Amino acid sequence: MTREGWIRLSVVLAFCVAVEALCRFGAIPHTVFIAPSEMVISMLDILRSGELNADILFTLRNVLFSSAIAVGLGFALGALIHSLPRARGAVEPLLASYYSIPTFMFYPVFIVVFGVGSQAIIAIAVLLSIVAMIASTLTGLDRIPSVLRKTARIFRMSPLARAVLIDLPAASPYLFTGVKLSFAYAFIGVIASEFILSGAGIGYSIAYAYNNFNNQRMYGLMLLVIIVATAANTALDTIDRRLQARLRR
Amino acid sequence: MAMKRFGDFLILLVALLALWQGLYAIAGETTITSPIATFAHLGQLMRTEQFWGHVTETGWAFAMAVMISLVGGIGLGTLLGLNRTSGVISEPILIALYSLPKVTLYPVVLLCFGLGISAKVAFGAMHGLIPVAIFTMKAIMQIKPVYLRTAQVLRLSPRQVALTIALPAVLPEVLVGARLGFSLSLLGVLIGEMFASKRGLGFLITNAMGLGDIATIMSVAVFLSIFAVAANALLLLIDRAIPR
Repeated sequence: MTREGWIRLSVVLAFCVAVEALCRFGAIPHTVFIAPSEMVISMLDILRSGELNADILFTLRNVLFSSAIAVGLGFALGALIHSLPRARGAVEPLLASYYSIPTFMFYPVFIVVFGVGSQAIIAIAVLLSIVAMIASTLTGLDRIPSVLRKTARIFRMSPLARAVLIDLPAASPYLFTGVKLSFAYAFIGVIASEFILSGAGIGYSIAYAYNNFNNQRMYGLMLLVIIVATAANTALDTIDRRLQARLRR
Repeated sequence: MAMKRFGDFLILLVALLALWQGLYAIAGETTITSPIATFAHLGQLMRTEQFWGHVTETGWAFAMAVMISLVGGIGLGTLLGLNRTSGVISEPILIALYSLPKVTLYPVVLLCFGLGISAKVAFGAMHGLIPVAIFTMKAIMQIKPVYLRTAQVLRLSPRQVALTIALPAVLPEVLVGARLGFSLSLLGVLIGEMFASKRGLGFLITNAMGLGDIATIMSVAVFLSIFAVAANALLLLIDRAIPR
């Protein structure tokens, strides 16, 4: 690990130790925040007892489903928009301001349409994450070096062969950025929806524990979400950086 | 050219409205309201004093959250960006915090700040501050060294360096961050209101959701979307206006 990496690790650890000390010596009341070590124990208890396994799987499945839909559909829409320059000119300002719209406000509408359950959650998560994929697809297709297209013409490649052998690999680093963003947004969308209104899932369990003043379980679940999200995002980010570095070679 | 683009954009707007009307025709009265009915209902809502009470409540919380996000984010970003090592160390931490589903942490905010406007403001600021800090920090770290060397050659005072070199160099990036912080603060405040509040537009939506009052949900959502897009367009105009 680099020197910066070690310092980073020690900063995070120092922070945890400081919080732990503040909690142990009663500077932070137990009703507000519990010590990090207790969170870890609570999280391990939850995982070992397995009583929330169904909720955890429910959330993870929804996240995977919605990011898969967002990536597939977003790529298709992005490719379509890219092939229609005039439509693109019209859509672009919309894409630029899309993330300023609190999309989340439409979750109640989906609840009314689909009822409480996976469908409404997946719908809002897809809505939240698809535009990142569309935007990344557009940049990816824009950035294909024109020399590659010329080479394809020299080899007299069919449009299909060109798409599979040239366009897709050339655009893949940008497409992967889209995948990474879609996943992060889908995760946020799923957890947030479960929080507001749902009958199952990790977000729901946290809200339920909060309403019942069950701080132990609430913080244990929060830690689980933080660990899963950070691990997944960091892994995707590392791959993304590698691919980006390859572009610069 | 600009006229034609504008025309295309209008066509897109009409297409979106047509899509909405089509959805309405398929889904029917009980699930969504038609565009006309929604705008009519919004007009009706906007004539009531209650609605503006909710808007003021959300507006205040949002204004404070944005102020905290901008001042805190630019401050933190500057602090971390000035030193290369601290920037390199903190960047992954900030990015991890940024992509975290922060809704999860809402109960902590409630336990710390209690129910009320301060919890909403804190939650909004939590969403908005980090992107502003990330963009500011990166902008400062990426100032071209040759600019600073030029400043040295010209023997500029620190004040002159800050005002005539650093500020113009980082401004575009910081504005991008500010735009992101702006919309995320709004989202944070609204989600906060949806989860635990008795006032504000987010509450209005959850309340309507409980009552099955689709017209109000759609009207408020449309109202917020129009506000957000208009504000974003304004910020984009400012962004275009600064020389680079």
